[in-house]
Amino acid sequence: MTRFLPPILFLAAVIGLTCIPLFADSYGVTLGIGMLGYVTLASAWALFSGPTRYVSLATVAFFGIGAYTVAVLSESMPYPLVLVTAGAVGLGVAIVVGLSTLRLAGVYFVIFTFGLAELIRQLVTWYEVNMTGTLGRYIFLPVTPEGIYWQLLALATATFIISWWVGRSRVGMALKVIGDDEVVAAHCGINIARMKLALFAVSSVIITLVGAIQAPRWTYVEPTIAFNPTISFLTLIMALLGGAHRLTGPLLGAVPLFLLFEWLSAHFPNHYSIILGLVFIAIVFVLPRGVLAFVEENWKRWRRREIKKLPAVAE
Amino acid sequence: MSELLKIEELTKRFGGLTAVNSVSFSVAPGEVVGLLGPNGSGKTTVLNMISGHLPATSGRIALGGQTISGLAPNQIVLKGVSRTFQLVRGLPSLTVGENVVAALAFGRRKLWGKAAQAEALQRLDEVGLAHRADQSAQELTYIDQKRMELARALALEPELLLLDEWLAGLNPTEMATGIELIRSIQRRGATILMVEHMMDAIRALCSRCVVMNAGRKIADGPTAATLADREVVTAYLGEAYA
Amino acid sequence: MFIAALLSGLVLGGTYALVAMGLTLQYGISRIMNLAYGEMIISAAFLAYVLFSNLGINPVAGLVFAVPFGFVLGYLVYGVMMSPLVARARDKASLEIDSILATFGLLFVIQGVMLVLFGANFTSYSYLNDPVTIFGATLATNRVLALVLALVLGGGLYLVLTRTLWGTALRAVAVNPAAAPLVGIDVNRAARLAFALGGALAASGGVVISMYQTFTATSGVVFTMKALIVVIMGGVGNILGALSAGLLLGLVETFVSTYIDPGLTLAATYMIFLAVLLWRPAGLFGRIAR
Repeated sequence: MTRFLPPILFLAAVIGLTCIPLFADSYGVTLGIGMLGYVTLASAWALFSGPTRYVSLATVAFFGIGAYTVAVLSESMPYPLVLVTAGAVGLGVAIVVGLSTLRLAGVYFVIFTFGLAELIRQLVTWYEVNMTGTLGRYIFLPVTPEGIYWQLLALATATFIISWWVGRSRVGMALKVIGDDEVVAAHCGINIARMKLALFAVSSVIITLVGAIQAPRWTYVEPTIAFNPTISFLTLIMALLGGAHRLTGPLLGAVPLFLLFEWLSAHFPNHYSIILGLVFIAIVFVLPRGVLAFVEENWKRWRRREIKKLPAVAE
Repeated sequence: MSELLKIEELTKRFGGLTAVNSVSFSVAPGEVVGLLGPNGSGKTTVLNMISGHLPATSGRIALGGQTISGLAPNQIVLKGVSRTFQLVRGLPSLTVGENVVAALAFGRRKLWGKAAQAEALQRLDEVGLAHRADQSAQELTYIDQKRMELARALALEPELLLLDEWLAGLNPTEMATGIELIRSIQRRGATILMVEHMMDAIRALCSRCVVMNAGRKIADGPTAATLADREVVTAYLGEAYA
Repeated sequence: MFIAALLSGLVLGGTYALVAMGLTLQYGISRIMNLAYGEMIISAAFLAYVLFSNLGINPVAGLVFAVPFGFVLGYLVYGVMMSPLVARARDKASLEIDSILATFGLLFVIQGVMLVLFGANFTSYSYLNDPVTIFGATLATNRVLALVLALVLGGGLYLVLTRTLWGTALRAVAVNPAAAPLVGIDVNRAARLAFALGGALAASGGVVISMYQTFTATSGVVFTMKALIVVIMGGVGNILGALSAGLLLGLVETFVSTYIDPGLTLAATYMIFLAVLLWRPAGLFGRIAR
């Protein structure tokens, strides 16, 4: 019976979430879109960075690629094809970045991804200024907010299922081994470079699609909007708060932090990034492996203490 | 094909230091060969080159007539070479059973799921560790970690097993168990190349020894004769004892 | 045009070299990958701006304030934020991840403070903006001064590190942190000092940059990125390597922006970075460790 409980709960949650736009007002749907977006981003980030410990700071690079592809192609292609193209562009960039950095020590990957968003932003700006002569584009797509919500929900569900499958499959085992000791991994027959590249590509395509699906919300897009580094930052904080090693970690991190950020940006628009930074530093210091791990460890410690007390009482 | 492993003119340089200098030897199927030499003589470097952990500067390594030098470790594993490490390397975030499953899942047999778990238990049983399968690997004692590492190496179904000081750091009782364990692996027809300092173990297990000093091979032959060799004694103990 | 580009390239390269020296000290000796480094640079640029436009103190004299400011900032950041991370780190890799994450948060804090204080506008001030002619090419005096300052400060640091006992101790930690205590070097103290010294170099770099470039509260990321690329090109912890790589990067950027397109300088920087990563990951002047 307990075996079937998690899938049933999962299915119920997905159905419940699907029905929300039928009751909620437009603010509720907007909030839902933001939350689903970040849940998906954090889960996709954790899918690669959690087990491999390669910290990617390039979330917004892929997010922006998705958004910009939609902005450029929305008038010349049918919508589903635009999404596919966006995913393909994200995949291409991910493969180039992955092939050139994933064989090296993790720190090179971090540095490379750190500047990647800025690089792509400048290249897009250069292209727009020199080739099209305009900076900034309008997106007129007949997609309703509810439509965006449902698309994101589908993507979030797919991401969750992929993460769950990876955790149980050979791929997940390979990633755990790689995270523990790359030398042993190679000597067990694991092709480390290919494994990392595959996962980085999957994670990047999901992130690109989040950007592509959310793009119509903006109506007007320019490089500074699409490649806003805060998005990378938020994704990272959410995944770390929940714990990047667990299936539900990013979800549990994203929901409360998204609400906190909404509140902060409404009440402290000017001090937003300072507070964000401080929250983030606090998380790194206090909960280095996420809330779930923290709770679990303390629960164990607490129970152990209880057990130790027992014989003392008996004596 | 008379030899399983054939090493020709193998050389490794680190910058100006020549750690292994034009070493050649071979190992026949079913043989247990000791690779000896004082500290820093290049034994572990030879092992590292066979397993693909380090690329060779020059020379050739062949397994069953097929060149394996130049391949990545994961490819060499699939050709049939597995190893243990000088400083034992467990996978601390996995359980003992999962440590072995990792090798089964990606090794030559690609086992997964129930089949892999059953096989892992059997492998752990061979090294006397089946009762600890569900424990976390980092909770194991030193000797048990070594056993686990051996089980993991055996799970890769090697034609050639490389042991890097697998017996080092064991107390006499554990040593006797360890020797018995290696002997049982040998009886099943495995070919073993072992780097070792424990002379008793070498005499008990190895029919033949290759001795290195300062990166060169200085002796190669039946164990008793090799250990009595004048140059070998000098390398280990200095001129006065020779 | 060629001479002008060459001279501009040297000015830019001198600045990059100066800035990268600080980062190579922080990463090579303190083992902290500081992603907020660019924000330290920009905060000093704003300090020089405030000193000049509100108090009339010229930037060269402003160094007297900026360098101690950077030193203290670095000292405090290491003492308060980094040393607990160093103390709890199990190995080099976990310290690397922790320091990257913590300084990534710090980046947003410092950037946020600067946005509140100065807004998001482009900032610059006009100091010694008179043309001088060198080898037939015309150059603003402030650029020449920037190059001279970069050479004096960078050269001074190099002498301190190579000629004094104190500098030798720091270099010893860079080469082998495990063996340094055996010869009586306090590694923690050395790490703190190196980090503070890196902060001082970042601050002096910021002052130099403010003399001839416009900057905004959010331009720190680009400087961190370029400094990191220079550090990797030069080999981590290698002062002379950072100097040569910095000059090289400045020259390449200036030639790309003069002869190809100013919008592609960052792309050129990245191409260099990729080439170095693929061809010599230990740096142009570094040796691959065994």
